[in-house]
Amino acid sequence: MTELTNLGVKAIRDGVADGTFTAREVAEAFNAAVAAASELNAFIVATPDHALAAADAVDAKRAKGEDLGKMGGVPIGMKDLFATKGVQTTAASHILEGFTPEYESTVSQNLWDAGAGMLGKLNLDQFAMGSSNETSYFGNVASPWKKDGTNAAMSPGGSSGGSSSAVAARIAPAATGTDTGGSIRQPAAFTGICGIKPTYGRCSRWGVVAFASSLDQAGPMARSVEDCAIMLEAMAGFDPKDATSLQMDVPAWEAGLDADLKGKKIGIPKEYRMDGTDEEILKSWEQGKEWLHDAGAEIVDVSLPHTKYALPAYYIVAPAEASSNLARYDGVRYGLRDLPDGAGLQDMYAATRAAGFGDEVKRRILIGTYVLSAGFYDAYYTQAQKIRTLVAKDFAQAFGQCDAILAPTTPTASFPLGSLNEDPLTMYLNDVFAVPASLAGLPAMSVPATLNADGLPLGLQIVGKPFDEQGVLDTGLAIQQRAGFDAKPDKWW
Amino acid sequence: MSVTREEVAKIASLARIRMGEEELERMVPELNGILAWVEQLGEVDCSGVEPMTAVIPNTLRLRDDVVDADPKTGGGRRDDVLANAPAAEHGFFGVPKVIE
Repeated sequence: MTELTNLGVKAIRDGVADGTFTAREVAEAFNAAVAAASELNAFIVATPDHALAAADAVDAKRAKGEDLGKMGGVPIGMKDLFATKGVQTTAASHILEGFTPEYESTVSQNLWDAGAGMLGKLNLDQFAMGSSNETSYFGNVASPWKKDGTNAAMSPGGSSGGSSSAVAARIAPAATGTDTGGSIRQPAAFTGICGIKPTYGRCSRWGVVAFASSLDQAGPMARSVEDCAIMLEAMAGFDPKDATSLQMDVPAWEAGLDADLKGKKIGIPKEYRMDGTDEEILKSWEQGKEWLHDAGAEIVDVSLPHTKYALPAYYIVAPAEASSNLARYDGVRYGLRDLPDGAGLQDMYAATRAAGFGDEVKRRILIGTYVLSAGFYDAYYTQAQKIRTLVAKDFAQAFGQCDAILAPTTPTASFPLGSLNEDPLTMYLNDVFAVPASLAGLPAMSVPATLNADGLPLGLQIVGKPFDEQGVLDTGLAIQQRAGFDAKPDKWW
Repeated sequence: MSVTREEVAKIASLARIRMGEEELERMVPELNGILAWVEQLGEVDCSGVEPMTAVIPNTLRLRDDVVDADPKTGGGRRDDVLANAPAAEHGFFGVPKVIE
């Protein structure tokens, strides 16, 4: 029999449905793979019983001839930013260690309702702030990939680094991610997997630990475009509990997949040719253009003139929203409390937050507090929100000339853990190509293109019009079919 | 614009994060690096540009004006609300004495 852990979402769902194997066999295989992969540190907690219970429920439904659901029998990893009832939810921060929600996030509930089970809670950058998975209180996550001829642990990207590592290592067929400024796409690119951030508002934010609410959006990470389409369908949907949730039907993305791009125009933004971008990345971008031309699309040049200002604007808007969102961690209602002897309420707040937040989180809270403070608000925050309007207008104009945009996902391939820690700015530049679509709320996806000369994966990014996840997925599928990316990391864990 | 050690101490106090001397010293150049980098936004002519308020056009909804319209976010969940509190007594959150 094929090794079950090599299968993706579609193969598992279909195999369970037609009786090739049982959901329980699948859950047992992945539970064992998770237990044997502790060196990756991809999971903060494993939940094998959750996976088995969900699998047994699917097998029982099948015995009765009932519908198994869109994700029936598929065990997945859940980024530890989603509240899961009765299972510790930490955002990879000490301040939430031990927090056990009394409720389930809408997205995770949607997945369980669709027949999925949970293998465990995945590690991430603390409060999703980071691009390398080195800011977690629960330790770095290692990518399953290594640079050819070296043994250094490589970054799986971030913030959804536990998700990307687990899916690339085949200890989970798919995982949830969240993307505020590239946190699904950059880790997907670093590990040779697919990941899509849908249009802002497609997936409910209810029960997702908030980082920057006007940017945060959940999405799937998996090893194929088809698997992403299936899982996104299960995750998305209107939720009255989220005021920014889109009141729209969820399209049948999987059934609608079509890699024939005849009549479509693909835009190539000239401003994404930036200094410091790796030559091999530029080469893969050229290759991507050829693939899409081969799929029938017309390639057109477009301009996104405010691209270089997107990242600095993001580093005002996101910290500002974070400083406000993270005010809730006060040692009173949940999580950590640090109460020094004889301390009053204010001292308790300050001591709790000092002990509970990591350095990067503190840095961003301070930046956010500063840019929102009296006298600086207009110069920083209002100006950044105006730039955000300009970035969104750039895209709207470009989409007058094309149906989707093709760009690199990241300016470089993955790097060794610990190699970019000297200067926060160097780390921020990882997301230079990912952030513009976040600021504009657009659907965007990363698909693997090739391996570089060091044997590390490179990704290509597709950005679509608002609500046009189908166009993004179709373009991704056209690349996937031509790239034929089937490289697997050698197992060392 | 750049910030001094005293200003960082004030921001940290506003953000309710206790910081020792060493940590403040470390934060000053880091924050100034980031602030100097975002200064470039000043180059952009934004006259006549409205700051973004909603990234995707959406209508704000009103829910029915009834108690417990949604059982998950309505009332009657005191024990659930208190379940994760570091200190809860008599159905309330417990905090140190506040005497001003």
